[in-house]
Amino acid sequence: MTSIQLRGRLKRAGEHTPGSTRTVNWVPTIILIIGALYCVLPVLWILIASTKTNDQLFSTATFLPSFTGGFWTNMQALFSYNHGIFGQWALNSVIYAVGGGVLSTIVAGAAGYALGKYRFFGSKWIFRLIVAAVLLPQIMLAIPQFLLLAKFGMTNNYASVILPQLVSPFAIYLCKIYAEAAVPDEIMEAARIDGGSEWRIFWSVGSRLMMPALVTVFLLQFIGIWNNFLLPFVMLNSDQLYPLTLGLYGLMIITGGQAAQYSIVIAGVLVSIVPLAILFLSLQRYWKIDLISGGVKI
Amino acid sequence: MAIAAPARAHTQAKVQAHRKKRGSSLPVFLVAPAVVLLLLFTIAPAIYAIDLSFLHLKISGGLLGTGTPQEVWAGFSNYIATLSDPEFWHSLGRMLIIAVIGVPATIFFATLFALSLDAKRARLVGFTRLAIFLPYAVPGVVASLLWGFLYLPATSPIGGQFINYFGSTGIFFSVTNVAVWGVVGFNMVILYTAVRSLPPDLFEAAELDGASELQIALRIKLPLIAPAITMVALFSVIGALQLFNEPTTLKPLANAITSTWVPLMRVYTQANVNNDIYGGSATSFVLIILTVGLAIVVNLIGRRIVGRESK
Repeated sequence: MTSIQLRGRLKRAGEHTPGSTRTVNWVPTIILIIGALYCVLPVLWILIASTKTNDQLFSTATFLPSFTGGFWTNMQALFSYNHGIFGQWALNSVIYAVGGGVLSTIVAGAAGYALGKYRFFGSKWIFRLIVAAVLLPQIMLAIPQFLLLAKFGMTNNYASVILPQLVSPFAIYLCKIYAEAAVPDEIMEAARIDGGSEWRIFWSVGSRLMMPALVTVFLLQFIGIWNNFLLPFVMLNSDQLYPLTLGLYGLMIITGGQAAQYSIVIAGVLVSIVPLAILFLSLQRYWKIDLISGGVKI
Repeated sequence: MAIAAPARAHTQAKVQAHRKKRGSSLPVFLVAPAVVLLLLFTIAPAIYAIDLSFLHLKISGGLLGTGTPQEVWAGFSNYIATLSDPEFWHSLGRMLIIAVIGVPATIFFATLFALSLDAKRARLVGFTRLAIFLPYAVPGVVASLLWGFLYLPATSPIGGQFINYFGSTGIFFSVTNVAVWGVVGFNMVILYTAVRSLPPDLFEAAELDGASELQIALRIKLPLIAPAITMVALFSVIGALQLFNEPTTLKPLANAITSTWVPLMRVYTQANVNNDIYGGSATSFVLIILTVGLAIVVNLIGRRIVGRESK
């Protein structure tokens, strides 16, 4: 640390024009710091607010945490609320996001591989259909999906939330583009000459080479399903099936009029942010977001 | 046609191998789940909604009209009802206001942050990139509750006691702010990867010619990432049309938000609260057409800009 600072100082001493010193470039740095504060401070404030009891919430200095045990009181109140239904909501969110994420990644990976590496009857038209479906707003389909499933009495269960989210045209598109670039024909041909079946080539060559795209698609789908609100909102009646988003919304509706319940909602907001934030920030280097911006690099 | 036997055998084997590749049932098997799911959960609901949008309930039979209601052909009456309802246009207008504030803000800040991350000798790059990306992991509903407490006069740390964040004008900025907060980091990462994928020798040449950091960012990097910016704009416009989570969640706190505040809220209220699934379907379908149309327009404008830049 000190040696770097020293080197910086030495270099600064050796330079003359102030605009081109090898020191910190302040303008972009300050822009980034302001951006980071804008994004992080609200979360930090929720953390501080969650340490306060309801009375303290309205009476103490807003940016100062409280150490009188309010945090544990709030957490206890949250997790014992309505016989511990908050834990059930969290579990449901995990079921929806992990289950839907894994299944939709398998569906997209398989379809993307088939469309990217094979020509077969109808393959062109299927791909055109998928590209067209990318433009179709999935969220706006939630209510038609509800109406159709309701006609067959298939709403208000786990499947009614997972099934409509299993096919993502955008994910299939990404997997197709990636398969074309990442699975070379030569390797497939070599595997064929060695007597590998098409199925085996897919399983032991194709799917491995596509792994970076599959991880990205899984994370995108996971976040999409975790954050989804409208679909469970229309599909589900019983609060035992709610995901976190819907549960917290319900909690807010119930407690909306009474300021006495705010601390429970604040604790719930904190609990639903922190695990996911840690998960995604730690997984960030496995993301290949450049896939989305179209530049496929392997 | 005197082909030696081994050669023929070889050709035959090759043809067979070729056929195997073309005729293998594996690709059909792999693509089938996606196609079936797409048909069942995207195409079928869309068609069903179109079908419903041309129907309405008629109570028939019995002198007093006490028979069971029946679905009968309604023609375009549901569409006429939607399009002639001033509240539909008001909800579209409110959404438009949010889009006009939010989309340029998202693109501007995402680009600004992306170029700042790529600037030479900028510090704290790793930390700030993670920090700005963080809200993407926060669901829209949770983000709205979080900001709701920041806006709420009783708990606000940002002057909610003096500024009316839930007032008839303030509410537009409040809702937009929640939406921008949630997506700016994701768009920043998309644009940043686009900047990073540019060949560095482009900037070195400009630097040798005496171009400043700012000039390089604005004159070289910015035009070259125009295609990625177009895509970000497309996502943002589609996102604005689908606005639902933020206003719905803020509604219990803000009286200014009605149950038909934005188009998707209106569809929900129509279909799930008022049980008018026919009118709701018609509104839904009008919105889908609007979104797809707008997506195509943004795409065309983007291509034109990109085409002009590359000339």
